[in-house]
Amino acid sequence: MLGVLFDGIAYGSLLFLVSLGLSVTMGLMNFVNLAHGAFAMAGGYVCVIAMTRFGVPFLATLPIAFVVTAIVGAVLERLLYRRLYGASHLDQVLFSIGLTFMSIAAATYFFGSSQQPMRLPEFLRGQVHLGGVDFGIYRLFLVAVVAALTAVLGFLLARTRFGAQVRASVDNAQAARGLGIDVDRVFSVAFALGSGLAGLGGALGIEVLGLDSSFPLKFMVYFLLVVAVGGAGTVKGPLVAALLLGVLDVAGKYYVPQVGAFVIYAAMVILLIAFPAGLFGRRR
Amino acid sequence: MSALRGGRLIEVAFWLVPLAAFLLLPGYLMLGSQILIVALFALSLDLILGYAGIVSLGHAAFFGLGAYAAGLLAAKGWGEPLSGLLAGGVIAALAGFVASFLVVRGEDLARLMVTLGIGLLLYEAANRAAFLTGGVDGLSGVAMGKIFGVFAFDIGGKTAYLYSFAVLLLVFIFLKRLTSSPFGLSLRGIRENPARMPAIGSPVRARLVTAYTIGAAIAGIAGALLAQTTQFVGLDSLGFNRSAELLIMLVLGGTGRLYGAIVGAAVFMIAQDYLSGVNPVYWQFWLGLLLVVFVFFARGGILGAVEAAAKRLGRSSQERAR
Repeated sequence: MLGVLFDGIAYGSLLFLVSLGLSVTMGLMNFVNLAHGAFAMAGGYVCVIAMTRFGVPFLATLPIAFVVTAIVGAVLERLLYRRLYGASHLDQVLFSIGLTFMSIAAATYFFGSSQQPMRLPEFLRGQVHLGGVDFGIYRLFLVAVVAALTAVLGFLLARTRFGAQVRASVDNAQAARGLGIDVDRVFSVAFALGSGLAGLGGALGIEVLGLDSSFPLKFMVYFLLVVAVGGAGTVKGPLVAALLLGVLDVAGKYYVPQVGAFVIYAAMVILLIAFPAGLFGRRR
Repeated sequence: MSALRGGRLIEVAFWLVPLAAFLLLPGYLMLGSQILIVALFALSLDLILGYAGIVSLGHAAFFGLGAYAAGLLAAKGWGEPLSGLLAGGVIAALAGFVASFLVVRGEDLARLMVTLGIGLLLYEAANRAAFLTGGVDGLSGVAMGKIFGVFAFDIGGKTAYLYSFAVLLLVFIFLKRLTSSPFGLSLRGIRENPARMPAIGSPVRARLVTAYTIGAAIAGIAGALLAQTTQFVGLDSLGFNRSAELLIMLVLGGTGRLYGAIVGAAVFMIAQDYLSGVNPVYWQFWLGLLLVVFVFFARGGILGAVEAAAKRLGRSSQERAR
C-alpha cells in the first residue's frame, strides 16, 4: 500500500517535471503542443548517448540533457512555433503532430525502435528498508531531485521579476504587453526552460518510463492530462495533478491490472467535464 | 448556367475515375477498396470538422465501433452485409450522440482532449475485452454472406470494390444534399461565428449534436465496410494513429469541401502504399514534414491550391478579354 503510493509519487513527480513546460506553452500562448513528449525523448537519448558513447557518468548527463533540449526548444520556438501563436488550434495540432511524427521517425532511424539500455550507477541501485516497506533508492533520488527543482521553480515563479512577468502574461497577455512586458521574450525563455525540464525529465525517466522511439506518442496523453487537469500558470496545479495521476495510474495498474489504463482515461474524461478550466485553473 | 453544367461535367468525370480504375487496374482492387473506404471515413470527419468546425483527435473511435459491430455480427453467424453495415452505422451513431454532449460544450482545447480521451478509452476497452474482440490479435473468423443474396465476396476483391464504391457514392450524394441544405448552411455559420448564430435564432447546440451524430454514423459505416471487405478487424482501427492520419488526409485534400476529403484520402493512401513499401520509417518522417509544410504554406489543401490557381487563371483570361 505504502509502496504503491510511493511508486505513484515517484512516477507523478516525473510527469510533473516533463509537463511543466507544456503547461507554460498551453497556458501562456494558448498553444496546443502535442510534440512536447519529443523534447523529453530527446533528453533521454542525449543521456543515453553521453553515457554509452562518451562515458559520461549518469549524474553529469542530467545537466547536459537539460541544456541540449533547452537549446533545441529555443531554436524550434524561434523558427517554427512562434509563427503559429495566432493560428487556429487545428493548425497547431497538425503542426505538432507533424513534428511528433518526424521526431519518432528520426529516433527510429538513428537508434532503432527497441528500448534503450540503461545502467544506473551502483549507488542509485537497490532498495532501502524503512518501517517494513522497501523503497527503491532511485525513486527516492527522483523524488528528492524533483522536490528540489520544484522549490527552485516555485521561488522563480513567485518571487522573481521573471516569474511575475510569466504570471502576468498568463493572466492577460495583452495587458502585460501594454505594461511594457516583452511577452514574446518571456515566452521564448519560458519555452526553452520548459523544453529543458522536459529533457531532464526524459533523462531521469529512462529507468521508470523506459525510452524508445514511440515515447512521444505513448506518453502524450499523460502530459496533456496533467496540464488540462492542473491548469496553467502555476507550479502547484500541475504538481498536484501529476501526483494524483501518477498515484492513480500506478494503483490502477497494481490493483486492477485487467482494467489497465482504462482508469486514467476515464478519470481524464470525467475531470475534463467537471473542471473545464482545470482543478487550479485561473479563470479569465 | 453553363458554368453549372461545366461543374456537373467535372463531377461526373470525377466519379468515372474509380470506375475506370476498376476496369483498367484489376491488380489494385484491394488498395482501391481501401481508398474508397478511407475516403468515406474522411467524408465523415469533413462534416464535423470542415463544416461544423469541431476539432477531433479521436474520430477513429466511431470507425472502430462500426468495424467491431459489423465484424462481431458476422463472426457470430449473421453474415448478411447490408444489415451489418446498418448495424455498424447505428451503433456508431448512438455512441456519437452520447459523446456529442461532452464534445459540443467545450472550447477547442477541451474538445481535443475529450475526443482524444474517448478514442483512447474505446481502444483500451477493445484491448481488454479480448474474449469478445480478440484483443491485440484482432477479430478474425468474419464470414460474410452475399450482398442481396447474389453477389459473393470474391478473392480478387471485385465485389468488395464495387460494394465500397456504391456505399461511398450514396453517402456522398446524401452529404452533398445535406451540406447545401439550410442545415448545412447553418453549420457553416456556426463554424464561422459561433457567437452570432444564436442571435439569429439558430439552435447551435442541437445543430452540432446532429452533425456530430451523423458524422459518427458515417464513420461507423466506413468501419463496418472495412470489416466486411477485409473480413478482419484489428485493434488499430480504433487507434490514435488512425485518427491522426485521417486528419492529415482531410487537410491534405482541403477541409470544408466534400471532394477534398476524397482527393486527400486517395493521394494519402497511394503515397502511403508506394512510400511505406520503400521504407515505413521514411514514410512517417515525410508525412510529418508534409504536415508542417502544409500548415505553413498550403492551408487550403490540394483543392484549395487548385481553386486558387483556377481563380488566378480566370482573372488573367478576363483581363486579356478586356
